[in-house]
Amino acid sequence: MSAVPDTIPLQQRLAARGVDGLTLLVLPAVLFLLALFVYPFLYGLVLSFNPKSGGALANYTKFFSDSFLYGTIATTLWLALPVTFLTLLFAVPIAFRVRLLQHQRLLTTLLVIPITLGTVLVAQGLLNYLGPQGWFNRTLLTLGLISTPIKLLHNYWGVVISLVITGFPFTFLLTLSYLSGIDPALERAAATLGAGPWQRFKTIMFPLLLPGLAITFCLSFVQAFSVFPSAVLLGAPAGPTRVISIAAYQAAFEEYDYSMASAVAMIMGVVQLGIVVLILSARGLLYRGPAGGGKG
Amino acid sequence: MVADTRLSTKLWAAANWAVIGFFLLNLLAMIATVVTSSFASRWLGTWFPAGWTIRWYSAAWAEFQLDEVLSVTFQIVFLVVLLSGLIGVPAAYALARREFPGKRLVMLLFLLPLLVPPITFGIPLATVLYRLGLAGQMSGVVLANLVPTVPFVILVMIPFIEQIDTKIEAAARVFGANTFKLFVHVLLPLLMPGILASLLLVLVRTIAMFELTFLTAGPTSQTLVVALYYAVFAAGVRAVQSIDAMAVVYMVTTLIWLVIALRFVNPTQIVGRGGRR
Repeated sequence: MSAVPDTIPLQQRLAARGVDGLTLLVLPAVLFLLALFVYPFLYGLVLSFNPKSGGALANYTKFFSDSFLYGTIATTLWLALPVTFLTLLFAVPIAFRVRLLQHQRLLTTLLVIPITLGTVLVAQGLLNYLGPQGWFNRTLLTLGLISTPIKLLHNYWGVVISLVITGFPFTFLLTLSYLSGIDPALERAAATLGAGPWQRFKTIMFPLLLPGLAITFCLSFVQAFSVFPSAVLLGAPAGPTRVISIAAYQAAFEEYDYSMASAVAMIMGVVQLGIVVLILSARGLLYRGPAGGGKG
Repeated sequence: MVADTRLSTKLWAAANWAVIGFFLLNLLAMIATVVTSSFASRWLGTWFPAGWTIRWYSAAWAEFQLDEVLSVTFQIVFLVVLLSGLIGVPAAYALARREFPGKRLVMLLFLLPLLVPPITFGIPLATVLYRLGLAGQMSGVVLANLVPTVPFVILVMIPFIEQIDTKIEAAARVFGANTFKLFVHVLLPLLMPGILASLLLVLVRTIAMFELTFLTAGPTSQTLVVALYYAVFAAGVRAVQSIDAMAVVYMVTTLIWLVIALRFVNPTQIVGRGGRR
């Protein structure tokens, strides 16, 4: 930077690069997040390498040698991946249907309710609704579809259903907002040129939507992967739905081994990051360009 | 688009509506079960309860000390809303108006707490707050809840601020307003709808935020949703109707604010976690 003459005051040189009093307004927020988001993460990372006993890697070797601990990764993936694919598979065609509606507001409002109420309330609701004497089993029995109540609680399915109830609206609303960002003129042009609905979907709309779907997949997956209350309340937290967040919680608040808990949290973060990076790097291969309307 | 009248298209549309109908039916039936149960005097093995009563509400009120839980909830939520507005809005203004070196890094810092799920960063965060002696009381819960809400306010506010004409600010500057005066007299009134919308969303999200509060709260700093979790977790100790009554109190508390929030925002904005470019 020797080209900058000393005669220009520092304040002006900074202002020329966009740093002045106004820019400093960002500082409180930055400092806050450095202190309460970045620092705890680094603290947890360091803590995870300082186990209660043993060498630096003791927590990680313990995690990956105890099937009760490393098994939680597979358990959680086995819940999160099918749910994410399923909700996405349903969300895309329904979003295509709903986008043509004049009055979407009522539907979107209804769908935002389970997200707003959250997993704890959904768990309590499902405990009532899906129980052997609940309305769901009662209706199926009356219709003659089943002869004995089906067991949907305190097992794998209870957690899947709860994840779908909060996950589907989330996936759907995100997909819908990406879909509304695509200029309808593009599809109309394809129709004018004689493309049928399936052709329009396959060659025009789907490729344009795919980058948005990749993001939707990541967000939905990360949410499903961090399932906690419903896995405890609706699942079998000692067995088939012992997800990774339960392992982390138990290490921290039942064994008071914060070092091990941090290690589990780090592993959880790495798995999530791994899947997200995988999806986003695949997204990099997709079409990226204007899909909106307007000039320029 | 030309209306498509082929049978296959109609069947496909019907199938789509059937799926969404089935989903909504079950969702509403699930909520209706909770509400019905909370008013049921006795409900065992029948379609509908044997009789109706409101005594579970007074029972739940006393058993779960709901007056205290509600007052704690609203104190925490109020502080979170106020502080995330005070920290977030100025930061959003700086980010909307200035290009500076390292801005992309700062944006990444604000995106991450919204993308990383609360339970993942909540455990190291709770560890730090316990070491500092802040967890287990209200200040710790407020601090933990601010981690996702501050970035949320920032990301919601940036587009709101960007659409305000910079000439208005320039005019105020010409007439001698400093940054503080500019904020109070010019920007705040113009930004009110955006601030209101983002803070209402923060309010709804904080009432419903389970994980961070659960990890950092002590016995005297439980919010409604955490108290509900413990009640459901220890189900069997208390009558299910009593827990359902509490669940209804929680639902009403959340949905009132949701209805108010929806007057100012689009439902899709509630799921928008800043993941969009």
